[in-house]
Amino acid sequence: MRGKKPQADELRIGVFICDCGSNIAGHLDCSSVTEYASTLPGVAYAKENLYTCSEAGIGEIQKGIKEQKLNRVVVASCSPRTHQPLFQNSCAAAELNPYLFEMVNIRDQCSWVHMEEREDATQKAKDLVRMGVSKAAFLEPQQDIEASLIPRVLVIGGGVAGLSAAGSLAAMGLDVVLVEKEVEAGGLLRRINRLAPHGEKASERVLEMLLSIKARPNATLYLGSRVEDVSGYIGNFEITIRPEGGEAVREKVGCIVVATGAVPLKPEGLYRYDGTRVVTQMELEERLAAGALEAQRVVMIQCVGARSPEREYCSRICCQTAVKNARFIKEQNPEAHVHILYRDMQMYGTENEQMLCDARGEGVRFDVFSPDQPPVVQEGKVEFYQPLTGEMVGIPCDLVVLSTPLVPRDDAQALSQLLRVPVDQNGFFLEAHAKLRPLDFATDGIFVCGSARYPANVQEAVSQGLGASSRIATILFKDKLITSAIVAEIDPETCVGCMGCMEMCPYEAITYLPEKNICEVNTVLCKGCGCCAATCPSQSATLRGFKPEQLMAQIRAV
Amino acid sequence: MLDVGRHPDIDLMAYSEVEKVEGESGAFKATIRRKARYVEEDRCTGCGACKEKCPTVLPDAFNMGLGTRKAIYSWFAQGIPSTHTIDPAHCRQLNGKKCGICQKVCQANAVNFDQKDRIVELDVGAIVVASGYKVFDPSQIPEYQYRQIPNVITAIEFERLLSASGPTAGHLHRPSDLLVEAEMEALEKDVKKSEKALDKFEQKYGQASAAFYDAYQKGAYEGDEDRGKWAEKYVAHLALVEPLDALKREAEGFDVAKRLAFVQCVGSRDFRFYPFCSGYCCMHSIKEAIIANEHERETTSVIFGMDIRAVGKGFEEYKIRGGNQSGITYVRGRVAEITEGPQRNPVVTYEDTRERKVISRDFDLVILATACAPSEGVERLAEILGIERNRFGFFKTGTSQSLDTTRPGIFACGCAHGPMDIPESVAQASGAAARAAQIVTAASMRKAS
Repeated sequence: MRGKKPQADELRIGVFICDCGSNIAGHLDCSSVTEYASTLPGVAYAKENLYTCSEAGIGEIQKGIKEQKLNRVVVASCSPRTHQPLFQNSCAAAELNPYLFEMVNIRDQCSWVHMEEREDATQKAKDLVRMGVSKAAFLEPQQDIEASLIPRVLVIGGGVAGLSAAGSLAAMGLDVVLVEKEVEAGGLLRRINRLAPHGEKASERVLEMLLSIKARPNATLYLGSRVEDVSGYIGNFEITIRPEGGEAVREKVGCIVVATGAVPLKPEGLYRYDGTRVVTQMELEERLAAGALEAQRVVMIQCVGARSPEREYCSRICCQTAVKNARFIKEQNPEAHVHILYRDMQMYGTENEQMLCDARGEGVRFDVFSPDQPPVVQEGKVEFYQPLTGEMVGIPCDLVVLSTPLVPRDDAQALSQLLRVPVDQNGFFLEAHAKLRPLDFATDGIFVCGSARYPANVQEAVSQGLGASSRIATILFKDKLITSAIVAEIDPETCVGCMGCMEMCPYEAITYLPEKNICEVNTVLCKGCGCCAATCPSQSATLRGFKPEQLMAQIRAV
Repeated sequence: MLDVGRHPDIDLMAYSEVEKVEGESGAFKATIRRKARYVEEDRCTGCGACKEKCPTVLPDAFNMGLGTRKAIYSWFAQGIPSTHTIDPAHCRQLNGKKCGICQKVCQANAVNFDQKDRIVELDVGAIVVASGYKVFDPSQIPEYQYRQIPNVITAIEFERLLSASGPTAGHLHRPSDLLVEAEMEALEKDVKKSEKALDKFEQKYGQASAAFYDAYQKGAYEGDEDRGKWAEKYVAHLALVEPLDALKREAEGFDVAKRLAFVQCVGSRDFRFYPFCSGYCCMHSIKEAIIANEHERETTSVIFGMDIRAVGKGFEEYKIRGGNQSGITYVRGRVAEITEGPQRNPVVTYEDTRERKVISRDFDLVILATACAPSEGVERLAEILGIERNRFGFFKTGTSQSLDTTRPGIFACGCAHGPMDIPESVAQASGAAARAAQIVTAASMRKAS
């Protein structure tokens, strides 16, 4: 075994056992685990806390480091995913190298899964703590990794979300490169008539946003262009942009925003869709914008191709779009009949619900239908089963408008592969955390906003664009990037250049150096997943903080 | 929360209020009142020894009054900062009575009864308003009898009951059962006291009280004043024991709530109160029903709503999963009335619009999805900040810049300017930070040039 185990008397390990209120202490005996921990070799101090993550609990760790002269800290509590950074930073604040910290999960992996087995759970917690302490003995101090940052941002997509992000980034003083594949920016808004709730012209809003970006000297627009290649990593991306039929342009940026939007589903084969007498809401918008609507009797059908087995999700904005257009039709022609057939009117929030109320007041008719008995489009009428009366009702009409969901763009999949970021089961880009990190990708330095993430109305897309710009500011406003030292390293002395690690690496963080016939890790790209270390046949690739001797110590303690 | 608490560039002023804002975008002067906690923040370690000893017990506002706290308290265990605070309305010492126990037990010497409010002036470039919302008080809806029927509770109360760190440690005990248990506890205390008193007589006369009383009633001890007292005490004792036994028998039948009804749009989409949709309540009802089912697999829930608005990413899928795997039934219809039936079961009367029938059904517990209302003191805050409110009472924001309030340099995010869910609030918070950063960077660029 490589590495030297520190002498037991040099070690002063502090163990902090967390009650997590009753989350842990309610199901196992934390006092007895604490007492046990204090008897383990190398342990100089053991303490039980009600909440180790509270200010008081952190204070205990820091007090322990100072007063007990601890040189290793083990916290037995919840998940390192949520709390390791906190504890590590707290160690650092008390002048203990943060990599001399080890975490043991006795909540998710013990108390929560053994709720009715107090004695066994207590024993298991002791085992887990013993393993953690054994590993802690082998921990080594590490230095965080520093990298440079290019204060320039690539925004992919010039729709309302992308324009909002780009405008905000430029206003904060960062250089912006906006790439739009169409020859005109504006995205779906260019095809839309009016905006809810105040009836502003969509084209005017786009123009206003576009002009404000064009006025910024630090914003560069590539219209009619595509992102062809992306390499590098947070702080240092290299981008190849290909204008339609032109020479490729290279750009270096520190961060990337994905604002590629979505498109309305074309309902081929649904409700006798023909694009003339049965149209989509988007096609209706275009007719309205052109002043070319002649219909006197309009029936709108909601959830066409959405909330169905093949497309389970609700597209969020179609109900408000339908109501907005219904009201516009009534405003232009009060004699017109507009009837909306829906499953649930998704008019969330203040203004939307108000719009729904106003629409009813203005004479727009609403009727609910059940998905197992959908309306039937016939010649000159739409027939549906009205649950309130229990009867089939026919509504005469000369235009049927289908509300179809926004669906991911065809090229979203390709972009996701280019950027190495995931999409969800519906094909929308998948954020790092649905609730707490809605605009981040799990991959550092890449962000998402607008309908590329999930259908959003204009106000939401604008806020999300702003939000993504702010997430980027938190990175690029700094002079350099500091990342975790828990990365892989490859010993150039023993590596034989088999490239097995390269194949396993999900982050493309490993490169092969042909002149030396060895592989090398890019420590900024490396996420510390350990795939390479597990693969390497000669144990040349190792993961800092999870080296063989550290893991073996942990396993032998079982 | 902790990230904010320990961020080197964030100065967290909890328990403080903005009193005045002068100046303009890029150069505001804000006056903040830092309310007296009667505890020195920099000394308090949050150990909680003070609250252990504090003799004043009050309903715990964090647990919606379902549990208790002391007059010296922390809002909740993981709160930031962990500093404790004395409730000046209820602290004995601060109200002229003799006490000061907390000060005596505090080893950090942090309790300071002479602390006064402090006024702090801040120079700031931009202001973000994230003052949130308040939960609608459903007692304003007479037909739901929220105050009269104990087993009709609000969603936030239900959240506390579901919480592992809540007043019932996550078990869905019905509030009516909790009331009976509290009553039993009080009676048991009295019974113990009276048993002690009877015990003295029994020792003195070497006779069991029951046997004595039999004889006494037959006139055995006429004129015996002491035994007369004994008899009196025994009668009083029986008056305690009998209702206690009755309660005990009742309590034997207690079980956790397993048949739940969720009533949507309580105070929302209702012209008597708030015409708007609160946006997030459909989802929290589904979530609560799913968690309740995870706690107790037999739990079934009915969610009554006009529409079920599952509009966020993954929400519709979650709703369907709730129906398929967690015993949830969705009924389209507005609940007309809630009454109380046998076993203190709330009875929900509604029209099932699909079945075209008026139905009454009893449940173990009814949970009201209460509206997201503009927060307390919103009028005053609007006045202080010099910003307008919209027709719904929330802060008014722009149409093209959806986070800008009516005063340049002041931005709003989250429920302060309208109901919304967590992902939307988080995205907006970042957005408002960007708007603020634009102002601050522009101001610092101006200064630099």
